[in-house]
Amino acid sequence: MGKIRTADELNSLRQSIMEKIDPNKTCVRICMTGCRAYGAEEIRDAFNEEIRRRGLEDKVEVRETGCHGFCARAPVIVIDPQDIFYQQMTADDVADIVDKTLVKGDIVDRLVYVDPASGEKIPFAHDVPFYKGQTKNVLRKCGIIDPTNISHYIARDGYAALSKVLTTMTPEQVIETVEHSGLRGRGGAGFPTGRKWGLVRSAPGDTKYLVCNGDEGDPGAFMDRAVLEGDPHSVLEGMLIAAYAIGVKVGYIYVRAEYPIAVEHLKIAISQAEELGFLGENILGSELSLEIRVKEGAGAFVCGEETALLMSIEGKRGMPRPRPPFPAQSGLWSKPTNINNVETYANITSIILNGADWYSRVGTETSKGTKIFSLAGKINNTGLVEVPIGIPMRKVIFDIGGGIPDGRKFKAVQMGGPSGGCVPERHLDLPIDYGSLDAIGSIMGSGGMIVTDENTCMVDMARYFLSFTQSESCGKCTPCRLGTKVMLDTLTRITQGEGSEKDIELLESLGKQVRDTSLCGLGRTCPNPVLTTIRYFRDEYEAHIKEKRCPAVVCDALCSYYILPDKCQGCLICLRACPSQAVKGGKRMVHIIDQSKCIKCGICLSVCPARFSAVVKVSGEHVSTPEEPISVSAVMKGGSA
Amino acid sequence: MKAGIESQKLDLTKLDKILSKYKGQAGVLISVLQEVQAEFGWVPREAIKGIADALEVSLGQVYGVLTFYAQFYLTPRGRNTIRVCRGTACHVRGTNANLRAVERILVVKEGETTSDFKFSLETVACLGTCFLAPVMMVNRNYYGKLTPGKVETILKQYD
Repeated sequence: MGKIRTADELNSLRQSIMEKIDPNKTCVRICMTGCRAYGAEEIRDAFNEEIRRRGLEDKVEVRETGCHGFCARAPVIVIDPQDIFYQQMTADDVADIVDKTLVKGDIVDRLVYVDPASGEKIPFAHDVPFYKGQTKNVLRKCGIIDPTNISHYIARDGYAALSKVLTTMTPEQVIETVEHSGLRGRGGAGFPTGRKWGLVRSAPGDTKYLVCNGDEGDPGAFMDRAVLEGDPHSVLEGMLIAAYAIGVKVGYIYVRAEYPIAVEHLKIAISQAEELGFLGENILGSELSLEIRVKEGAGAFVCGEETALLMSIEGKRGMPRPRPPFPAQSGLWSKPTNINNVETYANITSIILNGADWYSRVGTETSKGTKIFSLAGKINNTGLVEVPIGIPMRKVIFDIGGGIPDGRKFKAVQMGGPSGGCVPERHLDLPIDYGSLDAIGSIMGSGGMIVTDENTCMVDMARYFLSFTQSESCGKCTPCRLGTKVMLDTLTRITQGEGSEKDIELLESLGKQVRDTSLCGLGRTCPNPVLTTIRYFRDEYEAHIKEKRCPAVVCDALCSYYILPDKCQGCLICLRACPSQAVKGGKRMVHIIDQSKCIKCGICLSVCPARFSAVVKVSGEHVSTPEEPISVSAVMKGGSA
Repeated sequence: MKAGIESQKLDLTKLDKILSKYKGQAGVLISVLQEVQAEFGWVPREAIKGIADALEVSLGQVYGVLTFYAQFYLTPRGRNTIRVCRGTACHVRGTNANLRAVERILVVKEGETTSDFKFSLETVACLGTCFLAPVMMVNRNYYGKLTPGKVETILKQYD
């Protein structure tokens, strides 16, 4: 393929690609991003080998795709054209799939998804509740196309939006359309994207820059990773349209170094786009020229903050600076700079192709479109979901997310990672949008949703987030540098049973000060987890402080391990595994933990066979055990006493 | 192996090769340090002066960047790198007990390397594989749904 110089050439290229595609050809789509951790590469190799062995190369395509979203069931594959969904498979299942499904058209029963709610077998992806409940727009190509093959992207209207703006729209019309669509920044703050573009466009100066923020640092958020890995061209095309609208010649994509596949796929996409002339000089024969450079982060959470990110691109320590001036006036190398998040750019093509009115049909009064959320923690369907903004949180967690594992009770959901706040059960019917989450002390954030259940300690959770923000604080401004340290020390004291009754008030007043006086978003939002857990779970703080008890049985200093005499079989497993020789006992003798030697590492609990379940972890209660090991047979089994 | 690392003399021609690519360019310090680390496995003291001179920045600026970002190492690394994920999903599923198990077995704290240079132990904010929580990586291998009782067996597989 040579360079594409006009919109017509692009159309005919698309047509020639489409003509070669047989929609009825069998295609095995394998997630080759997240599922790699579960052996997707072995599965791909097994498919290629088996298909070659049977001489089916012409009849079956094995396609490596980005994330399918349903990470809890990894590794997953989908077989087209029937849309057959197989999950939690291994390379050993491949021969069977080729034989039964690819050759005979039958379903391999054991790999089919079983709906835990109804017990019903669901062989087709489009019927699975996890997929059915979603509205895919940004992720519409993710998991479908091979992200390293630009033809796949072009075949699905790729670069058609770019061609449309270059041939039929003025830069002002593009900005107007994006503004009219109601799209707001998906990085968390929710600033209207079209308005930001307008500000950068009207800022004085000839040299301006475009930046894509792919420094997805919130622990538990992985939507930008999925977009960059699974559909990198959609980000490039969004940036190209922004470059045309704003008047920019150089763009940067800043990606976390922890995302090697994202970096690799982006670099492949950029070189393919350059080869076809979608990047470079006089794109599609127009005045537009754009060069895109990839900058890899070096492991600093604060670089997700826009001014810190710009410092990092300049090769400096990633420390934020006060705003104003905003990057739109003075950004990279003091030039006007437009910064948007990965997901924001990936929304642009659909707005241009379908129009602002189409886009704004979905969402709430003040927040339009869809948002991708990553579901993780104590939830059945861990993974990525894209839903209309305004959908109730309950629907995402229970209908799509499948609820809480092992029949345990929901406690809260942490929205927006360390910058966000927890949302308790009673607020679950609120719509997810920027405003309603703000009102209850949380934030929309980048879209991480960490679900917690009754076994999660909210004080420990707040301490966890503070330990993260404290260590990631850049140290430039005093409220954040010292405030996070004092809050963390206080929380640590409480979780160790050394808290005093004044600590809750101290945390509240300090939290508000840090929130109101810190320099950047890191400091201004980091008290949120503390303030919301105090607001909604004050009783847990009080139990730690007044009763020296952790109600969720998490905080080690307030917990003890015991071996239940009526369940212990004297098998020696925990005795041998204990690193501090705290377990006394012998073969067929009931084991006992010497509390003075126990270091509370939890190994005995993790190695005790599930059929015995003899080890328990408790807080604030005493379990009576014999003084010295006694014969297993001497203890009445079954617990009738 | 320990002696091997200590006596290994720095091949400065490799450093010069990297520096010649970037000489005179602005804003490339982080990229240079990333390439140097990819080449040597860490950023050796001897390299810092050369980098500062070539990019016309102060030694303090290079050192400031090196110590700001978690990715850079100022000491030699072990043959195997353990990354224990401390992401939120891993935290609520009990990653701390796993981290303590690794620390106890190897007698190192996070950020340290064992004296035989067999392992370096790191923690990361999130590996982005929350569905495997709690998860630990050794080199490029993932160990998901990990419990403290499994740690020792896993570490024994590495040399």
